[in-house]
Parts: sequence; C-alpha cells; structure tokens
Amino acid sequence: MAQTTHPPGTGGHAASGGEGASRRDFLYLATGAVGAIGVASAVWPFIDSMNPAADTLALASIDVDLAPVQEGQAITVTWRGKPVFVRHRTAKEIEEARTVNLGDLRDPAADDARVKKPEWLIVVGICTHLGCVPLGQKPTDPRGDYDGWFCPCHGSHYDTAGRIRKGPAPANLVVPQYAFTSDTAVRLG
Amino acid sequence: MAQAHAPQFKNPVVKWIDSRLPIFTMLDHEYNQYPMPRNVNYLWAFGAIAGIMLVIMIATGLVLAMQYAANTHIAFESVERIMRDVNYGWLLRYVHANGASMFFIAVYIHMFRGLYYGSYKAPREILWILGVFILLAMMATAFMGYVLPWGQMSFWGATVITNLFSAFPLVGDPIVTWLWGGFSVDNPTLNRFFALHFLLPFVLLGLVVLHTAALHVSGSNNPLGIDAKGPQDTVPFNPYVTVKDGFAVVVFLIFYAGFVFFAPNYLGHPDNYIPANPLVTPAHIVPEWYFLPFYAILRAIPDKLGGVLAMFGAIAVLAALPWLDTSKVRSCKFRPIYRQFFWILAIDALVLGYAGAMPAEGVWLLVARIGTAYYFFHFLILLPLLGKLERPLPLPASICEPVLKGGGRVAAGAHAKPMEKA
Repeated sequence: MAQTTHPPGTGGHAASGGEGASRRDFLYLATGAVGAIGVASAVWPFIDSMNPAADTLALASIDVDLAPVQEGQAITVTWRGKPVFVRHRTAKEIEEARTVNLGDLRDPAADDARVKKPEWLIVVGICTHLGCVPLGQKPTDPRGDYDGWFCPCHGSHYDTAGRIRKGPAPANLVVPQYAFTSDTAVRLG
Repeated sequence: MAQAHAPQFKNPVVKWIDSRLPIFTMLDHEYNQYPMPRNVNYLWAFGAIAGIMLVIMIATGLVLAMQYAANTHIAFESVERIMRDVNYGWLLRYVHANGASMFFIAVYIHMFRGLYYGSYKAPREILWILGVFILLAMMATAFMGYVLPWGQMSFWGATVITNLFSAFPLVGDPIVTWLWGGFSVDNPTLNRFFALHFLLPFVLLGLVVLHTAALHVSGSNNPLGIDAKGPQDTVPFNPYVTVKDGFAVVVFLIFYAGFVFFAPNYLGHPDNYIPANPLVTPAHIVPEWYFLPFYAILRAIPDKLGGVLAMFGAIAVLAALPWLDTSKVRSCKFRPIYRQFFWILAIDALVLGYAGAMPAEGVWLLVARIGTAYYFFHFLILLPLLGKLERPLPLPASICEPVLKGGGRVAAGAHAKPMEKA
C-alpha cells in the first residue's frame, strides 16, 4: 500500500504527496457514495414490497344502512380490516359529549368536530394505545367511566364522542373518512 | 492451553481432508482439548442445554413447516390438521411449542448464571453482548412463531406488539403499516411472519457460532471468577465436560418431556384455541410467560412511548452491563453485598413476571411500577456505586489452590479452618 499511496515520481503522480492523497481521497469518497446510493436504490424495492399492495390499498368503500339502528344502539362494521363503531347517540350522550371542558382533555377536540350529524358517532373501533377493540358496543359491555367505551387490554376509557379520558391511550378514537349518502345511509372511505 | 498440540489422526481419509481443510483439528481443539476450569458447576451446563434446544426447535420446526399453511383462511385448520391427522403431528407440535418455553428457561438460567458469577466482565464483554443479541433474536422468533397458529392470542398479541412501534413520533404509523403490509394485522402480516420465523433461527444459529467463538477466545468463566493460571486449573472438555453436560441435558430433557406428555398446554393460553377474530379482543391479553416481566415494564409506565422505551431499555441495559458494573471482582462469592442485591434482582424479575400476568390495575399496577423502578435502579445506580463502595472478600490465588491446600494438609488441620464458601 505504501507504494501505491506514494508512487515514485512518474507521470501524473509527480505532484506532491498531499495533492495526490486528497485527489485519491476524493475518488474514494465519490466511489463510496455512488456505491452507497446504488445499494440503497437496490434495497428499496425489497423494503417497499412489504408495504401495502395495490389490492390492499384499493379503498374498498362500504355503504352502511343506518335505518335499523335505534337510538342508544350501536353497530360494528368492518372497513379495511378494522372494526368501525357506529353509535346512534341518545340526547343525554350528546349532551355529555358537548358539555366537557376542552381544556381537561388529553387530545382536545370539540364534539361537533368529530361528528357530521350529532346523533351519529362514527369512529374506528381500535384503541389508540396498542390496537385492541374497546368494549361498549353491546348493551351488556362495560362502557368505562365516561359512558363511551372501555378498552379491557390496558384500561383506557373513552367518552361518548370517542375521546380518550383516562388510561394509557394517547389519542382519541380515529374518525374515518365518511359521507352521508342519504338520511339513513353512510359511505365509509 | 499450552498443551494443545496438533492431533495425530490415524484414519487416512480424515488425515487427507484435515491437511486440506483442518476441520478435524479445529473440532479437536475446540471440543476435545478445550481447557475448561475444573471447578465449573452444573449451572455451566445451561449453555449446552440452550444449544440443544435450538437444534430441537429447528428440527421440529422444519417438519412442521412442511405441514403448515401460512394463510389466514387455513392457518388455524392446518395446525389442527397437524394435531389430528399428520403422523406424530401432535408430538412434533407439542415438542416445538413447549420447546420455546424450555429454550427460554435454559437461556434465562444461563443469563442469571452470568450475572451471578460476573461472566460479562472483561475480557468477555463481546461474548455477553452477543448473548443479548441472541436473546433479542429469540424473542422476535418466539413472538412470530406464536402468531402462526392464528388463534385469538396470536392475532391480538401480534396487534399489540406491532402497535408498540406506533409509539414513535412521525415514523411510527408508516412503520406499523409497513410491518403489517396493510391497515391491520392480516394475511400479508401472517405470511411475512412465517417467512421471518423460518429465517431467524438460522440467524440465531450464526449468532450462537459467534458467541461460542468469542467464548473460546477468552475461555470459560468459573464459580470463583478468577482466570485459569495453567493446566493444573483446567480439565479437557472431553470427556469431563461432555459427560457432565450430557447428564444435565438428559435431566433437562426429562423435565421437558414431562411438559410435552403430561401438561402440553399448561404453558399456553386456552384462548389460542379460538380462531382469530379481528372484531373481538379477548378480555385479557397475556403474552407467553417468558415475555411477562417485560410486558409488566411496558404497562407500568403510564405513557405509551415511555412504556415502549422502558421495555426496550430493559434489554438495552443488559448490553451496557459490562460497563455499568464497576467492580473488578467477577464472582458473587467474593462480593457479600452485591450477592444480596443479585437475589433481590432475581426476585424482582419473578415479581415483574407475576405482575405482567395480572390485569394492569390497582395493586398490580403499583407492584409493576415498584418492580420496574427497582430493575432500573439495580442496573443504573446500584451496580456503578457498589463497585466503588463494596469491599470484596480476598480472592484465592488460583482455582486449584483451595482444593489442593485443603486436601494436601489433612493432618495440619483442614477441619480447623473450614472453607469460607457461601
């Protein structure tokens, strides 16, 4: 190696050792950089292949008929492999959700920002802590301290607007994208 | 170690191969002549036991993989088919499922052995850190293997554990989607977990080879924690240790067979015999027993990101252990104060494990919090301080000295001064 880094004074390498070394350093770095970019671009297809495929991404939107859901009842529908809670809220539940002081909330959000029609609350039924399905859909389920949902895994309590009130979850239940197609029908996605 | 000269092979074929690829010389050197401290006890057998467990897991796993189908529609049924229709399928599956538990038992004892006798201290730091990587690879493999039967605990365990990564700000959610290959744990997730569950044991095997190679550089530690000074302190690995380890392996296999044949589902969870249902969470999600202390740490922290960091930190702190323990004395035998804290740590790990199995509320949450606090206190505060404050007992001059002195001068009054062994 000593011979190659300090070649005898012939040809283009006749320049001083310092100059030759810096040019060589540059070539090393440039070659290394090109190699690194090449490897990174070759690796990307492998990594990206693990992301959701086109058929998974194709947003199967679903239509939900709300007519049979009476006041106080709730239904669970599956959308993108996840449970979605649709609750027909009672006047008392709407009142509870509205009268909360936003400053007391961990993830502040007003009730009317989380619903399109006050009587219909639609949220993804997945606890924002570690992904369990909270209880509270069936009449016999515990609904937690705030009359909404209770996650049995690690004890998160959600209120009647699906907002986190107590327990380890960091955020409110997610409101999915949806639109009312008529008074009693809604399209998710 | 000086007595290790090149072996003379009689078999001409062996000789011919060995002069071209000295594999027989290597085996002779590492597993026949390898000098083992003469005072090692049965706790030193758990490395060999863990190695045997890895071989059993790979062998049973290979034939199970020939019958299993990694598809959410048929995974559960394919496991039931293994149990009912495949020849000896029930045996192979129970050996594999209980084998995971036995592997962890062997490795946890092996680790606590290292903690007690200071096997992580110089010059064995890299050996120890490779062991921490082995533990991590085992945890990943065991977790993904538990998902494959696609029962309720499989599905919800996978959901909870993959969601841990969503705790990281910004990158969390894209990472979770990437891990899932979708928007929830589903078929792509099961498929890749099967692929990784098949791959990781071979990564594990590679790590074990490195772990053993590093061990054979520095030589094995021993209950006195002092270096072997010469041939009088050691015995050749074969036959002394092969026979001793062999006996320990047989006893361990009897214990293992007890579970396989008499309580094959004792260590499992009955909910995993319910097919996975993405719409119903079991009332009480519990991981396998070997994850319980870490699960307790996860749940002890009231903040999501904090809990995840504490859980990973509980393992990371082990990798830093060679530098956290400032004492130069390896063995607990000569560290009267650390020895007591060692047992408190062992009890703490058991208490955390118990708290991890209980619902995270009320008194159990408090217990988990105290246990977590003590765990980190032990490694991060106690060990660095204790090395400076504690006054260790005098070390013997060599491994054989206490034995030969006691045995050599019987008349002079060997019983007048009993050994100050703990």
